[in-house]
Amino acid sequence: MSDNQLSVEERNKRTLTKLVIWAVGMFAFAFLMVPFYNVICDITGLNGKTSSTAATDAPAEVVEDRTVTVEFITQKGDGISGEFTSETKRVKVHPGEITLVHFYASNPTDSDMVTQSIPSVSPGEAARYLHKTQCFCFDQQTLAAGERKDMPMIFYLDPEIPRHINQFTLSYTIFDVTERVAGKNNSVAAN
Amino acid sequence: MSTAAATHDDHHDHHHAPTGLKRWLFSTNHKDIGTLYLWFSFAMFLVGGFMAMVIRAELLEPGMQFVDPEFFNQMTTVHGLVMVFGAVMPATVGLANWMIPLMIGAPDMALPRMNNWSFWILPFAFGILIFAVLMSAFGAGNPSAPNFGWTFYAPLSTKYGPASTDLFILSVHMMGISSIMGAINVVVTVFNMRAPGMTMMKMPLFVWTWLITAFLLIAVIPVLAGVVTMMLTDRHFGTSFFDAAGGGDPVLFQHVFWFFGHPEVYIMILPSFGIVSAIIPAFARKPLFGYASMVYATASIALLSFVVWAHHMFTVGMPLAGTLFFMYMTMLISVPTGVKVFNWVATMWRGSMTFELPMKWAIAFVVLFTCGGLSGLMLAITPVDFQYHDTYFVVAHFHYVLVTGAIFSIFAAAYYWLPKWSGVMPSKLLGELHFWNSLISANLLFFPMHFVGLAGMPRRYADYALQFADYNFWISIGGFWFGLSQVIFLVVAVRCAMKKGEPAPAKPWEGAEGLEWEVPSPAPFHTFDTPPVIK
Repeated sequence: MSDNQLSVEERNKRTLTKLVIWAVGMFAFAFLMVPFYNVICDITGLNGKTSSTAATDAPAEVVEDRTVTVEFITQKGDGISGEFTSETKRVKVHPGEITLVHFYASNPTDSDMVTQSIPSVSPGEAARYLHKTQCFCFDQQTLAAGERKDMPMIFYLDPEIPRHINQFTLSYTIFDVTERVAGKNNSVAAN
Repeated sequence: MSTAAATHDDHHDHHHAPTGLKRWLFSTNHKDIGTLYLWFSFAMFLVGGFMAMVIRAELLEPGMQFVDPEFFNQMTTVHGLVMVFGAVMPATVGLANWMIPLMIGAPDMALPRMNNWSFWILPFAFGILIFAVLMSAFGAGNPSAPNFGWTFYAPLSTKYGPASTDLFILSVHMMGISSIMGAINVVVTVFNMRAPGMTMMKMPLFVWTWLITAFLLIAVIPVLAGVVTMMLTDRHFGTSFFDAAGGGDPVLFQHVFWFFGHPEVYIMILPSFGIVSAIIPAFARKPLFGYASMVYATASIALLSFVVWAHHMFTVGMPLAGTLFFMYMTMLISVPTGVKVFNWVATMWRGSMTFELPMKWAIAFVVLFTCGGLSGLMLAITPVDFQYHDTYFVVAHFHYVLVTGAIFSIFAAAYYWLPKWSGVMPSKLLGELHFWNSLISANLLFFPMHFVGLAGMPRRYADYALQFADYNFWISIGGFWFGLSQVIFLVVAVRCAMKKGEPAPAKPWEGAEGLEWEVPSPAPFHTFDTPPVIK
């Protein structure tokens, strides 16, 4: 190879450059892992991740001859001392039927709280047939001190949902992200 | 042989080889560094073993007796880390350092200074980790050592990890640097330093298995470094790789960790396959059956190890297609592994077998490793794994493959090559005592774990339901017995190091083959300055 005609110093420099590029590439790969993983989960519905954006197109049809049971469970993550419940614990819907479910969260503390809810579907296979046209989980929700907030969620099931899925659970975990948001704003302000 | 010895003396004078502490601190000699690795790993084996004794003492009877559950968790965590990264891995690196140059007719490892560094990082890495334990055991206040299990799942190790998690992260980074450098050294040595005529397919199987292990290390240790770095940034720099509240996913941790973790278990066992493939032909006095198939089997195990990681996480709620894929891939690994076991048995078939110490350990390895492999096959079946997951059945499985598998083969290697390393034969009486005590106690220790696991005893708890009391009593007795038996090996090794014992000839085992037996015992400081000729 032409490498042999170069001096040792030159070859060492090349090796060093390659190694540095490799290390930087690996570092970048580690940082890209979460978005990459999310994209894979979005596409395949692995891990019960639901889409994080609102569905814009209406369902093509309502499949009247099928009913799917959707159950809702709520969990409170760190720092949440108030209430977080769903009005409905389970609904029976026809695929394609647009359904509204109310969730409630309260903030009994004396200060405002920013919350983020994270959805998860089990079995994960159902995740990609769940289309939400409106969800409190798409954005961070601010709960004023002492507020009890009504957080609606509107969804429909894909008419294409496989026959063997006749029941699934949608779980929401609510987290207090006040400090995280404040930290971000501070760092933006500092810049 | 006398000429070789003379050459050795010349070199000694010529290079002014350092003596005393400097000899070991600054050594670039593969034999010295191999010795350092082996002593270090044995020291870590005793440290990790002591932690296992604390665990077994607490589990001797139901209820809480000796330690509080918080400290118990630290013991299970650090026991695992010390044994995996401190005992098994450095022991095989030590064997590689000592034996690979001797086996391929090279004067030394290709990158001797890096070799020195890759060893001397290790005591500091483990110093940091053990420092965290000592602080926890004797410290003021309540500074906990890492307590989240050796698999350090997020968010236990991120959001809920103790302050010492950062020491753990630093320590794992250093172990990783050491392993990668050791692996690069093996690859470069094997590719560039083989004696003329030593073609790839003439290399001893130990060299082959280590070459493949080295590639596994280079492929997956960066993943481990990545995952601990992600933990670090999650803990301190506001990222949310593994934190659902910020858009991350704790299950991602398990995927990344096991993408490292599964090849890691093969990193620990492949060199053992090489050791056993050297010892069984020597004492069966027959060439290894199916040499080429052994090489290909090792390579296929290594390749398959990259596509089975999610069998550790069947219970996270993967889609059916995913669990099926990982189940079938895992079961597929038993094919090349079966090829190996059949080849070892076929090597012994109609051989003129004798049962010297290395052979005893090697046969125990074949039988007991196969037991561990079979329970692994059971664990691979997704629906039954839902029952076995995180029970003592899993503990039994991986201790069969790692203790009666990897560690037994390392003892086999030690008894086989100690004459070459030290120049004296290891004590037969002590060796027999060590073998029989270890064999019986290890089975008393690990076999009943299958039963309590199947009955539902979960792992990593400091207490258990009363129904498990009888089995746990005997498991603990087996544990103390096994632990004490290892002190016998300490005596064997120290006697060899002090040159006490019958002097060993260049080739102490009648049927042994390989270049390492062509140099005198003990192997001179410098060997193969002129490459040997391979027929």
